[in-house]
Amino acid sequence: MASRDDLGLRRLLGQEMLPLLVAAMAFLAALSIGGALEAQAVSRHWQAGAARSATVLVPNPDQPLPRRDNGPEVTRIDGVLRVLRPNQDLAQVHQLSPDELGRLLGPWLGNATDPRSLRLPGVIALRLERDDVDLVVIGQQVAAIAPGTTTEGHNAWIGRLLTLATSLEACAFAVLGLVGLVAIAVVIAATRAGLAARREAIEIVHGLGAPDTYIAGRFAGRIASSAGFGGLLGTLCAAPVLAGLAVLSAPFLEGAPFALPTRIEDVPPILLAVPVLPLACALIGYLTARLTVGRWLRSLP
Amino acid sequence: MIRLESVGLHYGTASRPGPLVLEDISFSLPAGGFRWLQGPSGAGKSSLMRLLHLELRPSGGQLVVLDNDINVLSRHDLPALRRRIGMVFQDFRLLQHLNAFDNIALPLRLAKAPEKLIAEDVGEMLRWVELTKKASHFPPELSGGEQQRIAIARAVVGRPRLLLADEPTGNLDDTQALRQMRLLGELNRLGTTVVVATHNDSLVERFPNPSLRLEDGRLVQNG
Ligand SMILES: Nc1ncnc2c1ncn2[C@@H]1O[C@H](COP(=O)(O)OP(=O)(O)OP(=O)(O)O)[C@@H](O)[C@H]1O
Ligand SMILES: [Mg+2]
Repeated sequence: MASRDDLGLRRLLGQEMLPLLVAAMAFLAALSIGGALEAQAVSRHWQAGAARSATVLVPNPDQPLPRRDNGPEVTRIDGVLRVLRPNQDLAQVHQLSPDELGRLLGPWLGNATDPRSLRLPGVIALRLERDDVDLVVIGQQVAAIAPGTTTEGHNAWIGRLLTLATSLEACAFAVLGLVGLVAIAVVIAATRAGLAARREAIEIVHGLGAPDTYIAGRFAGRIASSAGFGGLLGTLCAAPVLAGLAVLSAPFLEGAPFALPTRIEDVPPILLAVPVLPLACALIGYLTARLTVGRWLRSLP
Repeated sequence: MIRLESVGLHYGTASRPGPLVLEDISFSLPAGGFRWLQGPSGAGKSSLMRLLHLELRPSGGQLVVLDNDINVLSRHDLPALRRRIGMVFQDFRLLQHLNAFDNIALPLRLAKAPEKLIAEDVGEMLRWVELTKKASHFPPELSGGEQQRIAIARAVVGRPRLLLADEPTGNLDDTQALRQMRLLGELNRLGTTVVVATHNDSLVERFPNPSLRLEDGRLVQNG
């Protein structure tokens, strides 16, 4: 609608930088979102693997336990297994065979060494039925049977991973907030420049009876399309970087670099920010310009 | 109708007011009336026009335009009232980036008239001001007199209830001046209230109508 550009906004000078600046801002925002997202995915993956497993180490596994009530002789490791196997909270109780131990330790010991010749503790891998199984109680039970036996859950690690992921997410939100504020400042500056350049046209159109909402809406529409375009540009530029991040984090995820969530509840809230980034830029541009022009117009009668 | 009661005006802000350019102006003008506004340069003619066009608010007194008391109207109500007023500015105030057609069409577009009607009305105005051939020219490509005729066409096209023309023939030759005055007279006959500020005494003689005369910001003649 060339003939309707009454405020001359299509050829408005001093606005060429706006899309570029907004693009830079959208780029930063996309990176911070993407970084937090990757950290979250990696931590979730590790968490899922670690949360329901624990390890029991039985020193001197083959030594006999003190005989009780003239029963048969039982080794320390069998004694521990007898306590663990009936436990309903444990989905799986698996004693690592010497072969499995050898495979685990091979990289450190070299294949030449037969692990059987070392005085290794017996290792029992536990898979827990639920997340909230109390490992302390289990640890006390097995240590009472075979003194010196230790039980390690992976809770401490999970706690640290969670803290890390939450901090990264908080950082991403902080960066997003800051970038948003800078974007608002940039839009205000661009709008003021536009107002100064079109002061005469605005006064004429205002004098002909154009309401403030009309003039502010015109400016806001023009700024919003500039900012939206910039947002799209920035997000597109960030895409290869984000893909690179995904490739780098793939080994930690032991699978597809990125699996699309199948249920909406599984979508991390921060991921939703990426497709709406250009829209958010446009919206920030629209609202900021509209308010800026609206305030400026109040100086006219 | 228009009514002024002891209206005063000074430029500048309330905290740093400039000198009084209009002082104690009182007159009334019935709907459908015609008034010349005369007076030497600097007497305050354009300032009075701006008051009537609601570009300025009086510093004192009561101003009623098209039956609306400006002192009780909120800023929000002004645009709709302005759209019922046509104004030919002394300095034209055409939009430089719109061609002649779109400049004339502006008031109709602000009133959200359908494009078909706009094409008809603007075409008719262009014929009246004899600038049909220049419809797609931009103001910098037009002579002073041509720009003035576009400004007149823009003020008239929306058939305003009140027409304010500030020196509308200043850049026109006698033939064009008479032709454009006939246009304003025609509008007046159809019911529009018309106020024309001018230095041109021979024009006033050709279209005998009551006069308001300003001198040094004061109304010295009414009738
Ligand atoms: N924007 C303004 N700020 C301050 N003073 C102004 C402004 N506009 C006009 N004046 C002053 O107001 C007085 C009246 O000016 P105005 O333009 O109303 O005169 P006029 O009768 O239209 O003159 P002319 O016939 O030359 O057009 C002048 O002394 C002028 O200096
Ligand atoms: Mg004047």
